[in-house]
Amino acid sequence: MSALTLVRQLGEVVLAVAIAPLFMGWIAQCRAWLQNRTAPPLTQPYRMLRKLFHKDAALAADASPLFRTAPYVLFGTMVLAAAIIPSVATDLPFARAADAIALIGLFATARVFMALAAMDIGTAFGSLGARREMMIGFLAEPAFLMVLFNAFLLYGSTALPSLVDANATRRFFIDPSVIFAEIAFIMVLLAENARIPIDNPATHLELTMIHEAMVLEYSARHLALIEWAADLKLFNYACIGFALFLPWGIAVHGADGGGALLLASAVLLVKLAFAGAALALIESLSAKLRIFRAPEYLAMAFLLAVLGLLVHLLLGANIHA
Amino acid sequence: MTVAPSISAVVAVVSRNDLNAILLLLGVWAALGFAGLARPRSVGYVARLLFPIGAVTCLGIALLAGIFLASGQGAQSLILPIGLPDLPFHLRLDPLSGFFLLLLGLAGAGISTFAAGYFRSGEGTAPGLLGLQYHVFLASMGVVILANDAYLFMVAWETMALSSYFLVTSQHRIPEIRRAGFLYLLMAHLGAVCILFSFGTMSAGNWQLTFDAMRGNTLSPGWATVAFVFALLGFGAKAGLVPMHVWLPEAHPAAPSPVSAMMSGLMLKTAIYAMLRVSFDLLHARSWQWGVVVLVLGLFSALFGAVFAAVQTDMKRLLAYSSIENIGLIFAGIGLALLFEASNLRLFAALALTAALIHALNHSFFKSLLFLATGSVLHATKQRSLGKLGGLIRSMPWVAALALVGTLAIAGLPPLNGFVSEWLLLQSFLFTPQIPHAFINMLIPLGAAALALTVALAAYVMVKFYGVIFLGQPREPLLTHAHDANWLERIGLMWLAAGCVTIGVLPQFALRAAGDVTGMLLGQSIAPVTSLWSIAPIAPQQASYSGLIFLAGIVAVIAVTFVVVRLLAHGRVRRTAAWDCGYPWQTSRMQDTAEGFGQPIRHMFGTFFRMERALPSPTDAEPRYRIQIEDRVWRALYLPVARSLQWLADEVSVVQSGRLAVYLLFSFLTLLALLVFVL
Repeated sequence: MSALTLVRQLGEVVLAVAIAPLFMGWIAQCRAWLQNRTAPPLTQPYRMLRKLFHKDAALAADASPLFRTAPYVLFGTMVLAAAIIPSVATDLPFARAADAIALIGLFATARVFMALAAMDIGTAFGSLGARREMMIGFLAEPAFLMVLFNAFLLYGSTALPSLVDANATRRFFIDPSVIFAEIAFIMVLLAENARIPIDNPATHLELTMIHEAMVLEYSARHLALIEWAADLKLFNYACIGFALFLPWGIAVHGADGGGALLLASAVLLVKLAFAGAALALIESLSAKLRIFRAPEYLAMAFLLAVLGLLVHLLLGANIHA
Repeated sequence: MTVAPSISAVVAVVSRNDLNAILLLLGVWAALGFAGLARPRSVGYVARLLFPIGAVTCLGIALLAGIFLASGQGAQSLILPIGLPDLPFHLRLDPLSGFFLLLLGLAGAGISTFAAGYFRSGEGTAPGLLGLQYHVFLASMGVVILANDAYLFMVAWETMALSSYFLVTSQHRIPEIRRAGFLYLLMAHLGAVCILFSFGTMSAGNWQLTFDAMRGNTLSPGWATVAFVFALLGFGAKAGLVPMHVWLPEAHPAAPSPVSAMMSGLMLKTAIYAMLRVSFDLLHARSWQWGVVVLVLGLFSALFGAVFAAVQTDMKRLLAYSSIENIGLIFAGIGLALLFEASNLRLFAALALTAALIHALNHSFFKSLLFLATGSVLHATKQRSLGKLGGLIRSMPWVAALALVGTLAIAGLPPLNGFVSEWLLLQSFLFTPQIPHAFINMLIPLGAAALALTVALAAYVMVKFYGVIFLGQPREPLLTHAHDANWLERIGLMWLAAGCVTIGVLPQFALRAAGDVTGMLLGQSIAPVTSLWSIAPIAPQQASYSGLIFLAGIVAVIAVTFVVVRLLAHGRVRRTAAWDCGYPWQTSRMQDTAEGFGQPIRHMFGTFFRMERALPSPTDAEPRYRIQIEDRVWRALYLPVARSLQWLADEVSVVQSGRLAVYLLFSFLTLLALLVFVL
């Protein structure tokens, strides 16, 4: 690998880490507008992080080392995921370390660490949150996997760079199975990122919390890392979504000079702006489900993805043949 | 200067006679067992001296098997003129047996080291006797893997079943343990009968019991299927495939922890070995329908095991159900390999078989590790019930840290080893649309989804397992004084944990060993590993994975983040009471329990269970909440059989009047009937 690809890789990671809170701020702003509230400034997440990093960390007396390590592990996995997912260019040295299935495993690692850390102090809400988070996780994973199977059938690869290269350069048409997969993916994205209708990121009711319940015992820099990791996770999911369904504009392999990279970055920002607005719209239009309804919601996502697969197999469409 | 040539000379001599050397080491195990009888009551002699020698012997066997696999030479065979007249023992070492000997040696070394520190006086059987049973168990597993004729195979198989039966019932004064042992023995023998039928069918009526003869026999498809079904029943019963799994959740918790680890980590693998030997080597994997049956049974077992593990409240039963799940995953891989092989898709068959083999290897590491960790917990706390544990990460930091490795590995998380095999298995599911049966193609995505659900559920189960035992507040006051494992136990646990990390980060070596096996069974291996960095089973454009980059990447990011946070902000910490939303009166009993963790699963998979609930009325002064969860299989399949057997026995007992004259009459009539028959 040349120095240039390494620089490109590093640049992409830095970009992801830098603008992930901005994406979160943009969604919050859109939500506020849609709900007729005065919006917080776009930079609100950064101010929050800055405040948290400068506070003293209050740690429960019998917190184990696992509790203190978990935020770093969480942040580490999300940064690694950002290095693997092609968001601006596809010729990335790190992207070969994992295909999309391994990426699911990476997210699962983060989830398990978060759940274990939540159980460490032994408070009622922490373990409640851990249990719920793991429940959502094991229901969402099969649905996500079915979406990836669909992509494999279409583009013959689960390696994201090859997949995006194939996807971005093909002749434009819409395979009917993609629509099913897309809806399923958005449903999974909402569930995995603790958004409405599964979880409400802005809630203050402990009994209905999932993600927030797990981080109740965290403060200061640990909380900041967890929040940042959550921002990155949403950013990563959005980028996976772009890679699977909206790849146009990305600097594909072989056509990734300086100008193409600049253009791709600009296109990425535009895509994120639209995706954020769409997410805010979905969240404003739907109500939070009861936790017992979550399995039904995720089963529906799963069935949609399977339906997509069956549609593909029945119609016999095969692009790369 | 002369060291390197002399080492290579030794290697050359040994590798020429791998089989002899391995047999010699198996003999060392047997000798160690009998040596224990010299001073049967001395823990110091048996546990602290003989068991470590046994562990070194394990390493020797693993080393020899590894050298044999690496040398890439063909099969070696040997005929020992012992046994019955005209029935000498045939032995053979080929890549398949080499791979499983490697597994036996590597995981066995960790278990024996742990056992050296674990056994203490006053616990059931005398140490010397226990040592005999333990080492005979190990040696018989070795012979099962090396046997090259049905006769020796069955002798070793039964020795394995009997020695493990005595190990399971080492605390035979407890009635439940006797009952569990009996159930185990019963199922083992039902399985053995099926295996005998299978071998009988494969010998095709010419009474040649060697595997070489069976390999050469060309059975008609119908008879081949009969042999295959009997083998599946017999070996499935040993492996714990649903619905033959009923003994497993009873026997594994009953045994002492090192024995549970051996049974789950090693003995179940001999059944996998035998299944591969019969279906690929002896029967040549001829029909795709076999693959479908094995795949469906495997996936169902996997899901069944995971769902049941999620609702258990006894830590060893939880692990036993998790073994059913993992065995199910291995069988799913085998089924897929059969399906691909019979459809002439050799490369994908090799991929699925590699996944199954690597998962077998992985499971022997992480499941042994976790069973041994429960042994340490059991010794330190005298508790097996999850409801009375908690917070042990503070009093047992070593066991907690090493068990965390096993927990993450078994949950299938990168960069540890469980993920590698599950990733390979998912990859092989991706290629199923190439199978030339349209209907199967439609159903396989559902199989992949079941697999994904199982793997994700396993993560749920393991969070419950680890979280309830090691995290949170101690649920009993005594737990704060729990002592950590002793140094021999720690070495054993560390060895197994190191195996989990090594296979996960550098799977290339394990893949190479599995490649030899698939080369022998299918004539095809997955794409050879060319780089140290990543594995790409089919082609790097399609999918690749690198555990090394995962580990290095995460560690590097964590290090950079840590330094940056310290430089730009600060590292101040204030220790306070837990916040818990400002509620100051919280106690350890307010934590989520094992039952609570199982609740969503009970809610979602209610049809799997037979539940009996006793709910308190709202006015109870001392409310008690009880819920009992049972297998449906037990009532639907086993109880009717048991009842009809009982009925039959009752009917037959009519002839047993207890009077001597009547019995003499029976003898006379039999004699008469025989005379009539002869004349």
